[in-house]
Formats: sequence, C-alpha cells, structure tokens
Amino acid sequence: MIPPPDSFEGAMLKFVRKRAVASLISLVGLLVMVFFLSRLTGDPAALFLPVEASAEMKAQFRELHGLNDPMLMQFARYVGDVVTGDFGESLRKARPALEVVLEAFTWTLWLAVITMTLVAGAAIVVGSLAAFRAGGFFDRLSSLISLVGASVPDFWIAIVAIVVFSVNLAWLPTSGTGSLLHWILPISVLFIRPFGIIVQVVRGSMIGALSSAYVKTARAKGVKSGPIIFVHALRNAMLPVITVIGDQAASLLNGAVIVETIFGFPGVGKLMIDSILQRDFNVVLAAILVTALAIFLMNLLIDLAYALLDPRIRH
Amino acid sequence: MADHLLEVRDLSVEFHTAVGVVKAVRNISYHLDRGETLAILGESGSGKSVSSSAIMNLIDMPPGRISSGEILLDGADLLTMPAHERRKVNGRRIAMIFQDPLSHLNPVYTVGWQIREALTTHGTDAAKAASEALRLLTRVGIPDPERSLDKYPHEFSGGQRQRVMIAMALALRPDLLIADEPTTALDVTVQAEVLALLEELQQETGMAVLIITHDLGVVAEIADRVVVMEKGVLVEAGTVSEVYKNPQHPYTKKLIAAAPGKGEMHAPAARAEPVLSVRDVRKRYGSFEALKGLSFDLMPGETMAVVGESGSGKSTLARILLRLDEPDSGSALWKGRDLFTMSPAELYKLRRDLQMVFQDPTQSLNPRMTVYQLISEAWVIHPDILPKAKWRERVAELLVQVGLGPEHMGRYPHQFSGGQRQRIAIARALALEPQLIICDEAVSALDVSVQAQVIALLDRLRKEMGIAFIFIAHDLPVVRDFADHVMVMQKGNIVELGTVREVFDTPRQDYTRALLAAGLDPDPDVQAAHRAARLQRAS
Repeated sequence: MIPPPDSFEGAMLKFVRKRAVASLISLVGLLVMVFFLSRLTGDPAALFLPVEASAEMKAQFRELHGLNDPMLMQFARYVGDVVTGDFGESLRKARPALEVVLEAFTWTLWLAVITMTLVAGAAIVVGSLAAFRAGGFFDRLSSLISLVGASVPDFWIAIVAIVVFSVNLAWLPTSGTGSLLHWILPISVLFIRPFGIIVQVVRGSMIGALSSAYVKTARAKGVKSGPIIFVHALRNAMLPVITVIGDQAASLLNGAVIVETIFGFPGVGKLMIDSILQRDFNVVLAAILVTALAIFLMNLLIDLAYALLDPRIRH
Repeated sequence: MADHLLEVRDLSVEFHTAVGVVKAVRNISYHLDRGETLAILGESGSGKSVSSSAIMNLIDMPPGRISSGEILLDGADLLTMPAHERRKVNGRRIAMIFQDPLSHLNPVYTVGWQIREALTTHGTDAAKAASEALRLLTRVGIPDPERSLDKYPHEFSGGQRQRVMIAMALALRPDLLIADEPTTALDVTVQAEVLALLEELQQETGMAVLIITHDLGVVAEIADRVVVMEKGVLVEAGTVSEVYKNPQHPYTKKLIAAAPGKGEMHAPAARAEPVLSVRDVRKRYGSFEALKGLSFDLMPGETMAVVGESGSGKSTLARILLRLDEPDSGSALWKGRDLFTMSPAELYKLRRDLQMVFQDPTQSLNPRMTVYQLISEAWVIHPDILPKAKWRERVAELLVQVGLGPEHMGRYPHQFSGGQRQRIAIARALALEPQLIICDEAVSALDVSVQAQVIALLDRLRKEMGIAFIFIAHDLPVVRDFADHVMVMQKGNIVELGTVREVFDTPRQDYTRALLAAGLDPDPDVQAAHRAARLQRAS
C-alpha cells in the first residue's frame, strides 16, 4: 500500500532535482520576458540612448548591436551571451554590466542575510512566547509593537532615524559605507516591517501547535515548558513561518530600494534605480536576472527547509 | 488516609466560556488501588475525561477552574503540590495514553526520540534511555524494533502507534496509567490485541489502570470496577458485574439496555429479483488493489451490511457505487442498467434513487443552512419531484418521520446534538424518495443510546418505505441488530457473504471467526469466558 521508503538522502536528492528543474524552466521564461520587453516596448535605440541622441547616433547604435537583425536571431544571440555570462558593458561605468551588478548584489546580500537572521531569530522567540501566554501582557505588548512595525512606512522611519540618531544625537553616520556603524541604521530600519509580520505569523502558528494533541502528550510525559515550546511546538509551527520568512527575504534581495537610496547604500536596489534613471539598460537587465536567480535559489532553500523540518513532506 | 494509590475526593471542575460557566464535573469521588483497573464509563458530554485531565494537570486554566476537591496520590494532594514536585509526577508516577495516537505523537520526531525523551526528561542518561527505548519497543511488539526507532509516527499503522504510545507511557514504570478511549479509533481485532497487551503489562508491573471509555465491552474486558458518569455527575459505582447485572441508576439501566447485539436477528425473505446486481468490480490506486473483483446482489428493501477492517475496501465500494470514484472494471446493474456506463445526464436522474448518509453529520451538513434549506435543497436540484408550495409541509413530514418536529425547521445544524444531526442527514436523504441508501459508518460516531434510536429509525424506514440499505460498519453488534445479509470484506475481497444468522452463528471463514471473537461483549461473564478461551488457545 505504502511505497517502500527511499533512503533519506535519495529522497532529498530527488526532491532537489525536481525543484531545480522547475526553477530552471521559470528562469528561462523570465529570460524570454525580459528580452522581449526591452525589444517590444519601443525602439531599443531610443530606450538605451540618451534622450538628446541624434538619429545618426541611433542608426549607428542599431548597427553596432545588431538591432536590425530578425528578432529571433537577436534573441538567440542574447541567450548565448547570457549563458556565457556576458551581459554587455555598462554604458555609464564602462565595465562589464555583470561585474557592476554582482558588486552591488554582494552588498545587498550581506544586508539581507544579516537583517533576516536577526529578524527570524527575534520574531520566533517573541512570537513563541506571546503564543505561550496568548492574551497575556507580553502577548498584547508584542502584538502592539509588531502591528505598528508592520504598518509604519520604512521611508518615514528611515528619515526619522537619521534625524534622531545621526543629526540630533550624532551617534551614527547618516549614509554611505565604510565602518560597522554604517550598517546599524539600514539594518534597524529594514528589521522593523518583516519583524512585525513574522511575529504575527509565528504567534498564530504557535497557538495552533501549542493546543495540539502532541503537546498534551508532552505535558503528560512531564516535559518542561521550555522544550514544549521550542522543541515540540516550534518545529511543527515553522512551516507557515518559513514561507513568510522566504517572502520577506526575497523582497530584501530584490533590493531594499528606498532604504538603500536614503542611506546611500551601494546595493542592487539603488543600482537599479540609478541605472534606470541613467538608461543603463544592460545593467538593469543583468540586475533583474541576478536577483531573479537569487530568489529562485532561495525558494529552493525554503523547499529544502520544509523537507528537513517535516518528514511527511519527504515521502 | 494513604490507603489508596489514587483518591479523587469531591472534585468539581468548571469552564468559564463566553456563554457562561459550564460545570464539567460536580463533586465526584472515586479511588483506585495498585494493580487494579477502574473504568470511567460515560457518553459524550458526561465529563468522563475531565477528572483524568485534572489528575494529569492538563486542564487549561483559564478557562478551566477546579472549584473544589482534592486529588490524592499516595496521600499527597496533586492540586496543592508545589510546582517543582508536581512536575516529577507526570510521566514518572502517572502516565497517559489517548484515543487518537496519530495526533498525539509529534509528527516531526522519530518514535525513538519521543520514547527517549520520556526517559531523559526525568533524569535518565542518554545511553540508558537509548537501550531502554529499544527494549520497550520490543516489549510492546513492534516488528523490527531497531529500525522502527528511527521511523516517524506516520509510518506506522494505527494499532502500532498505540503500542508506541504505550511504550512511551510505560517507560518509567508508572504506578498509574490513565488510558483515555485507547482503542476507540482501532479496528476490532487490533483493539483486542491492544487491550490484551495492556492487561499483560499491568500484570508485569503491578500498575493501576484508569480507563476512560464509552464502550461497555471494553469495561467488561479489562476493568475490575466501574464508575458511571452522566452530565458531570457520578451516578453509579461498583464492581463490573454488580453494575452490569444489577444497575441501580436509571441512566445505567438505559446504557446497558441500549448496548447493541442482543436483539432478534433478521430473517430475510427469500431472494427474488435483485434491485442492484454488482459483478466483478475492480479498482486499484497505483500499485494498491482496493477492490479485487467484487460480486453481490441486493434485493429491494433489504439491508446488506458490509463489515471489515480499515483498508478492506468498504468505503471504496460505496464511493464507486455512487460514482464518486470510477471503477477500473466490472458492472453494477441498477434495475437492469449499468451504473458504471451511464452518462452524466442519466446519472443525474439516478441520484434520486441512490442516497448516502455519512459518518460525521457535523461535516456533511452545511453549517450555514437551516434545516429547512438543507432538506428542501434536494427539490431545488430536482424540481419535478415536488411543487414549491408543498415544500414546507413535506419538510415537516420528513422531520416527524425521523423523530424530530416541524418546529426544528428554522434552526441551524449546530443547534442540534450529534444524534439529531444524523437524523437531519437521514431526512435529507429521504427527501428524494430514494430506493437505496448507502450508510458509511452512519452510526459509528454516535453514543450508544443514540445509536440504538437511529438504527431503530433506519429499520422502520426500511419496513415502511421498502428502502434497501448498504450499511458499511465496523461495529459487529450493530450489524447483528440491523442487517439482513452480511458481507465480510478483507483486503479488497469478499471473504464471506450470507444471511446475518449464518455469518454470526455459523461463520465459515477463519477471518470472520477472528472478527467475531475479537468483538467485545458488554456482559462481563461472557467476556470472561471469551478471555479464558483466548488464553487457552494461546497456551
């Protein structure tokens, strides 16, 4: 009736392979969309060149980039370039576009990883404790804080934070990078909204897990409250939480556009805004593909985390 | 006063809910000695599980509140004990097993981990816990115990999961084991095995057992003494045979009288032209063969009981006959026409003749529809049956027919008890004037006294309206009271098919005999004889 169980490693490998194939198909779809969007929404020469470019310059541009060739040929060439890691030159920085994007993406990746680690850790502890005594003082306090956190716009917090901590108190630098102190404000501001959202999800999921039958069993075994919350209930409650953590992390990886811009943080969000304004389309396209790839990888990680946490998914 | 191992004195528990204070148990007292088994017998809502939750400190406060009483374990009051001492009691001195072992085992940890945790929580070191876990799993009869330690709960069968729960509960050799409906969710043969295991382990360890159940058969099989609860009050107490043979309280009398399996068996009329003729029905799901070629006939106005254990294919058969699922091959002639080859339009007309009543009326009745809407919905779908002007009158008639009244028409399902809801579901099935009703465990979820009433209702409908029934059930005494013919299924095959008298009095197949032998009789003397016979067979 039940198929013979695979070994754990075998099952995981099959699982990863299946997900990787699905991700690859999505990536190809994205590639098609990005390419045709930039070709079909108008004349690429008009799009790529400055507004004041002359007709002669545009013709030269078309000739240089093979824009007069049939569309499919252009697409084949584009895919060929992308596969070999060639996204063209950045028109403004005179360096390979991919190099520019990866440099910015590294900054964003660090920002996202540090922020999400802090957020996830804090939100899981706070949400779990709030759920343990649902309706109690700590629960109401954390609900209030998380609700405010999830609702307040980040550009406002960012500006207020600069005014208070950088301008008035002069404890922290206003913008840029260079020292550890430069990281504190962007991380703190980016922390607030995902923290508010994830605390609420953890709390809801934990209330369900704590009222489950297996928790009753654990109490009948004499297990103490600590392990009941963090060993028995939490692992079961993590599945919906991981989904939301993934969503939030993805939006940070996409580039925290506003926060990066306000704090002059050289991440991929700021790079994208700058490149769009400067019509540096090779960089924009490279940035889109790099962040998309990162998000696909992260979804894969989330699926893996699911399978690790819940043995029923592995089968 | 430390004579008894456990003494519950004058215990009252109330729950403060949005609609007011519910007094779950009121001033109940009982006691339990070492090596003894006490059963708490009661129906749903009787409060039979509340006192054990209080013993285990499992009542959430708020909303719960223990308003009076004490619970003495060897003379020490568990309710006033300091928290650090209280914590040492659960798992070490008192352990508990529950009705539904799948939901009571943590799905994301291996069973080995969960058994070891029971030990390490109370100070056993890890190496000792590991060897103990293996010994325990072996002792409760889990096959291949070494590898099973690393398996997760979902990889075991229901009976095995309950064995795992027992291994976990007995890890520290507690003085008292509380078992809350431990076999209710299990098949009858598995139930017998689990109860036998509990009895064996009790003899080995000398522990006391407090068993909570609604089943007189379980009481007769395992208990020395019994207390009967009704609506939060303890109405009767005594030894099992005293209470069974000479019940004092009217409620106890009613419970014993309602126990199925004692009535006159049906003597079906000679068989003539079948209304339904099933031939060689097969169905497989992947590599699993659910039905391996079933054939049988059903006469008009006849009840065919389908019995068998989980996985035997009973429910698959019901789903296929209603075309909720498609068979792989075979035919089912309904008045000469094959159900399986009918077009959707023909099937739509036929739905009138074939109706179904499900196990759980709470789930099968839309909670946002009134009783009137639920019953008259059939005529919305089949408008030619009855003109709209007559709907009200007919709904009222149907309600009276199933033992409810016209005044119930405007109410919603949640305003009724489980038994009443099942009557509504039956009224809804009757609205289309069907000729066959398929009941899938239609009375399994009901209390014994309600069960008897619903069975009586179905039998009356069969006689008065000539409706045929396919009655899927795992509860043999109920089948004995209601069926004309019985079909015993095992692993997708019909192993025995005959009149109810043939199957119950002179079963031909070993499997049928095993099923019948595993069934529990409410009479403690009969059950004692069964047990003696079983022990003799074993030795």
